[in-house]
Amino acid sequence: MLDDVDRRLLRYWQAEPSLSPGELAQRCGLTPGKAGRRISRMEEEGIIQGLGRVVNWTALGYAVEVSLRVTLDKTQGNAFDVFLAEARQVPEVIEVQTFLGRVDLRLSIIARDMAHYQQIYRSRILTLPHIADIEALMHVARIKDDETLPL
Amino acid sequence: MIELDDIDRQLIASLARNARQSASALGKRYGLSQPATWRRIRRLEEAGVLGGQRLRLDAEKLGFGVTVFLGIKLARKGHVSLEDFERAVAAVPEVQTVEHILGLYDYRLRVVARDLPDFERVLRRRIMTLPGAGDVEANVLLTEERLAGPL
Repeated sequence: MLDDVDRRLLRYWQAEPSLSPGELAQRCGLTPGKAGRRISRMEEEGIIQGLGRVVNWTALGYAVEVSLRVTLDKTQGNAFDVFLAEARQVPEVIEVQTFLGRVDLRLSIIARDMAHYQQIYRSRILTLPHIADIEALMHVARIKDDETLPL
Repeated sequence: MIELDDIDRQLIASLARNARQSASALGKRYGLSQPATWRRIRRLEEAGVLGGQRLRLDAEKLGFGVTVFLGIKLARKGHVSLEDFERAVAAVPEVQTVEHILGLYDYRLRVVARDLPDFERVLRRRIMTLPGAGDVEANVLLTEERLAGPL
């Protein structure tokens, strides 16, 4: 299980992911060897899943982001699996989440502009199987997106 | 806008998964010299395509068993300042992301909690008390997939 030192390590690393292993160890008051062993252990346990670069889709020309909240026709037993398998094939879908609540799932879609979005929506989204209802929310701005955990 | 070739696209996808790959290791994989790879990465950074790094942690293994998406409508529009709401909501530690959206709701929040009673505490004490918070809709996250996107 995690102790306070592990949590401190994750807290510092999460706040500043670009720290080098040496700098991170120093912030936590650990030797590089000790910090490294703790990190390897947490990686093996699956607590640390990885460190990735953030892709900025706007800089790649994808100016529009839309959240589609989808309700499925659950009279079809395998509606979720069939829908998800096909939704994954749409390249502009960057995120798929399933929920317990008022909506069944949400797709995040990026597009170059509204005309492009319209085209994806008509040709790739409305044709997905078992949709009972669909609602679109347009992203205006991201106020906070660091996704840090309150460790 | 930045022009990308296939190697650029593969570099972006690869670094999005794992930021800790050296230019020489990446270069070997795509048949490029270390300096050529480094120049490509540098160019993607300068164009803003490759953003900062992000640590991916398993929230559940760290004791955060519940993730909820909240749709929040502001009460009495025109009387509340969006800036005040945004500043206050972004300061809540359990709130991981805040998106300003157009549609059914004004804001979408991603909130983590240890369990449902803990979520209720966060909702009552930290969210419902925000300046201007009106109707709230909650959807509990069951599964989540992040896809590579149109690369």
